[in-house]
Amino acid sequence: MTASSKSNEKTKTDQARKKEALEEAKLIAQKMRRNILLMTHHAKGGHPGGCLSATDILAVLYKCFLRIDPQNPRWSGRDYFFLSKGHAVPAQYAVLIEMGFLSPEEIKDFREVEGRLPAYPSCTDTPGIDMASGSLGQGLSIANGTALAAKLDGTGQRAYVLLGDGELHEGQVWEAAMTAAHYKLNNVCAIVDYNKLQLDGALDEVKTLGDLRAKWEAFGWHTLEIDGHDYEQIYDALVEAERFKDGPTVIIAHTVKGKGVSFMEDEVGWHCAAPSDEELEIALKELS
Amino acid sequence: MLMAPREAYGQALVELGRENKDVVVLDADVAKASMTILFKEAFPERFFDIGIAESDLIGTGAGFALAGKIPFINAYANFLLGNGWDQIRISVCYANQNVKIIGHNIGASSGKDGPTHLPLEDITLTRVFPGMTVIEPADGIEVKKAVKALAKHVGPAYMRVGRVPIPVITKEEDEFQIGKANVLRQGQDVTIVACGVMVSKALEAAQALAAEGIEAEVINMHTIKPLDKEAILASVSKTQRVVTAEEHTVIGGLGGAVAEFLACTRPVPMRMIGSPDRFGVCGTYEQIHQVLGLTTEKIIEAVKDLMSS
Ligand SMILES: Cc1ncc(C[n+]2csc(CCOP(=O)(O)OP(=O)(O)O)c2C)c(N)n1
Repeated sequence: MTASSKSNEKTKTDQARKKEALEEAKLIAQKMRRNILLMTHHAKGGHPGGCLSATDILAVLYKCFLRIDPQNPRWSGRDYFFLSKGHAVPAQYAVLIEMGFLSPEEIKDFREVEGRLPAYPSCTDTPGIDMASGSLGQGLSIANGTALAAKLDGTGQRAYVLLGDGELHEGQVWEAAMTAAHYKLNNVCAIVDYNKLQLDGALDEVKTLGDLRAKWEAFGWHTLEIDGHDYEQIYDALVEAERFKDGPTVIIAHTVKGKGVSFMEDEVGWHCAAPSDEELEIALKELS
Repeated sequence: MLMAPREAYGQALVELGRENKDVVVLDADVAKASMTILFKEAFPERFFDIGIAESDLIGTGAGFALAGKIPFINAYANFLLGNGWDQIRISVCYANQNVKIIGHNIGASSGKDGPTHLPLEDITLTRVFPGMTVIEPADGIEVKKAVKALAKHVGPAYMRVGRVPIPVITKEEDEFQIGKANVLRQGQDVTIVACGVMVSKALEAAQALAAEGIEAEVINMHTIKPLDKEAILASVSKTQRVVTAEEHTVIGGLGGAVAEFLACTRPVPMRMIGSPDRFGVCGTYEQIHQVLGLTTEKIIEAVKDLMSS
């Protein structure tokens, strides 16, 4: 066999492996969506819209990229993931269930006094959660800190952070963006869940982000723009972020708030609202 | 009767907006929760959503004040004080600007949103600033009066507004003056100084205690700063004992203010009801009050403890 046909062979198996992984990620996402609805329905509260827009991204990231160990959540060599838009924590609980960090029975504990699933991420309560959040704007700075430490120790660990688009209003995000660019943190990958809605309404009405791509580029970031529900695109962007060595990468993922549930899609009313019994039933049917 | 302080607040802002064209309202992407949405609908040109940017919000408010407007600026108390504290310190208080800072979803009123969303420190964080006025109305009726009073008052001010319905215990005709406490019940055995929803619990406690022959004086300390020292002195001179009650940490809040004052002037035995030195939990409003000990029973216990010591 010639060298080139060998590498063709390898590419083929890579492609096959990727395809298989993405099929699994899709199944994970479907279960996640169901669990997100069950959680918010049971708790009669939470933020389904911003969970569903981030679900596909989380499924691919956890299934195909994060080096983590459910048997040892605090493994010191793990990759870090920070859910800076902490109100979407049901999506993270849902993916942690699929990855074996949490059990499906715990769904009923969401937002309750007892149990391990508080309304916002808590690293002192929940295995698989690395930092407290819930106050928007703080996650990228944390990612930078862990990424700088990983460089100091030469561990090769990576830090990922998921940001809301409304969250980008917070000044701290841009302070941190400058820090990551300054230190050329090629082990930091920020993902913007660009669903164009926030709490009070559409971003463009509340406070526009203007040319978001140009903003990140001006801040010195390797900037990718994808459809955040297209599995190939999510996968390829995360590969590109790993490959890029000159600095931090941001993936601007165009998404739909409420994705996957017809009556929740692109509806600001589902930012913070729990589905009723009937709505849950319809939604679960759509997701079966 | 129950009334949500935020509903009263939203309505009062609209009335104020009608009376005073200099009033502007700023919010940080929580207009539906803070009920400033009502003002937005009535006076869209005088409403500004600054987005999820609380430090920018405070600074913009200071700019409005400098230019002669009367800005009411709104966000969840925890994020407002958390992200905007230095801006409040310098651009509002040190610069002595006429900014009305309204902290929403106070105490346990965010319920199941849990620890990150339960502001239990905001009285402490605002009370420390020279020149700052700090108010927590006892109910919805008082919220409306406080809004009017704040608009007339010139200088930096902070007001706490809760999300969930709480008992209405004051009357329309009651006087409301910033810095002047209201004695709601006379008694000679113990003084209970309370603010916010804890005033209604103090009244309940006083009633239960009366059945056992203990007469409590209940003071509605709606203004935590400047503290009505005369009212406190007059009452404790009579009772020689004081219990404070607040939906807030016992560190540096209303209890702290009363203790600081009495310790240096007329020390008397004292107990404080408030959140102990811990974070909150996810739970219903009532569950959180139970967990943190913000209950009528705890006030009664504290009074009995004082009476027997
Ligand atoms: C510092 C801070 N301010 C305000 C809030 C209240 N809040 C929670 S979610 C939200 C809107 C978030 O919008 P976005 O970041 O676009 O999230 P998504 O639409 O993806 O859910 C707001 C204002 C908060 N959690 N933190």
